[in-house]
Amino acid sequence: MRIVVASGKGGTGKTTVAVNMALSVGNVQLIDCDVEEPNCHLFLDAELEKVRDVNLRVPRFDMDVCTRCGICSEACHFNAIAVVKGELLFFPELCHACGLCPLVCPEGAIGEGERKIGRIDRGETGSIEFYRGVLDVGEPMATPVIRELKAHLSGRDAILDAPPGASCPVIESLQGSDYCILVTEPTPFGAYDLSIAVDLARRLGIPFGVVINRDGIGDACVDEYCEREGIDIIMRIPNDARIARLYSEGIPFVNELRERKEDFARVFDRIRKEVVG
Amino acid sequence: MRQLTVISGKGGTGKTTITAAFASLAKNAVVADCDVDAPDLHLLLSPDVQETIDFHGLKVARKREDRCTSCGVCRAHCTFNAIGEDLDIIADRCEGCGVCEFVCPEEAIDLVDRLSGHAYRSVMRFGPMAHARLDTGEESSGKLVTLVRNLARRTAMDVGADIVIIDGPPGIGCPVIASIAGVDLVLVVTEPTLSGSHDLERILGVAEHFGVPAVVCINRYDINQDISDRIATHCMERGLDVVGRLPYDNDAIRAMISRMTVTEYSEGTLSNEVRTMWERVRRMLG
Repeated sequence: MRIVVASGKGGTGKTTVAVNMALSVGNVQLIDCDVEEPNCHLFLDAELEKVRDVNLRVPRFDMDVCTRCGICSEACHFNAIAVVKGELLFFPELCHACGLCPLVCPEGAIGEGERKIGRIDRGETGSIEFYRGVLDVGEPMATPVIRELKAHLSGRDAILDAPPGASCPVIESLQGSDYCILVTEPTPFGAYDLSIAVDLARRLGIPFGVVINRDGIGDACVDEYCEREGIDIIMRIPNDARIARLYSEGIPFVNELRERKEDFARVFDRIRKEVVG
Repeated sequence: MRQLTVISGKGGTGKTTITAAFASLAKNAVVADCDVDAPDLHLLLSPDVQETIDFHGLKVARKREDRCTSCGVCRAHCTFNAIGEDLDIIADRCEGCGVCEFVCPEEAIDLVDRLSGHAYRSVMRFGPMAHARLDTGEESSGKLVTLVRNLARRTAMDVGADIVIIDGPPGIGCPVIASIAGVDLVLVVTEPTLSGSHDLERILGVAEHFGVPAVVCINRYDINQDISDRIATHCMERGLDVVGRLPYDNDAIRAMISRMTVTEYSEGTLSNEVRTMWERVRRMLG
């Protein structure tokens, strides 16, 4: 079973839910797909080792063969190649590594090169196997790192921590999952961004339930929204100064508040029943 | 005209609360919400939309069934696994690169525009605003961010505004880079948690990489004084100004529930600190 923890809004507690759930149920893979700002490792007592670099297959131009005809530049949909005043310019950050330019080049002047945009790390703690992707600072494209990261899913139960938002990196994280936990907070921002995340889960046809974090901090808009839409609220994490303090120090709260462990295990079992049927 | 972007790396640190307050304090500004994935600024500023602009992001491949011979060449060449076993195009994965269109021996595939969202030119109680909504699950939010910034800049020129205040998205990737490219200053909002300080480090790296000057605000500094002090020391060592230390205050959420900016809502400590921070930032922008 593969569960993704997502949210429209950032900072609602995705990482908190993913890490605490993994620690509560044990014997799972925990995958940090928020490769722009990965934080799961801050809460885990695990030594990380690099598994591999993530490279994009970018074009390499043989300038002795290139006639500066500009056909590749015209073909590229991402404006990654330009021919200006008889010079060929390549903008690697814009390149999506689609492989079109070598195909269109009439001179066979374009070969394949590699460009590193991030890396994959692995670690273990107890019965949890942990992976994370890290996008290099200054690189724009998170999706290829997430794609590479997901190649390490082994088939055992897995909990994935998704990035915030609702665009391409989130979709890449969600694809192929059995269930999606949407974490929100009970505020107008939380409710609005939850509705965006719900749209996405529905569009992808992934079953989902809502976790309300910092319950009690705001108003009833999330409850009302879920009621209206017939959405299950599968857990509430109270707005508790102890939990906030533990979070700030990088301590998973189930390690200190043992009773919470059972809550997570129960939710996990409930999700399994819903997924397996 | 000066441009300021409020960013954070980590989500939920208070970017939008601060941007909205700045919008209400600035005298002659245009405000832009560049968190096009999950925009929230409009919830506080209640803009009145004047003009809606269609946004076409990446193109998408479309197959003509009458010409397709099911040879599978397209599928073999697609880097994005956007062509399924049945040779149907999976629009969610298609990046519109055109490889399939090029390799198809039957000319059965072409690329078509796809409507990926909308940008809006609006007015609200403090002045003009540009914002957008990327359709759920669409790509190329960076392009839409650029569209919003261009709208804001053009509006600022039209009305003679002297500053554009930009609410940025979380993260460090493409929409963030598009939100900070070429601005005069970024205000990085962080919080005193391990996650906050870890993410601060990475977003500062991005600002540095693109040569944009940065200043820092520690929001809810009092939830963990030790980490706040560590962040402040670290900023000092890097030569970065900490322009604000905002206390934890439920006024931020109460204001949000009342659909107001925090400076409109109350005259409390938080409001005063935000005002002082705005004065500082405004002076720095020149």
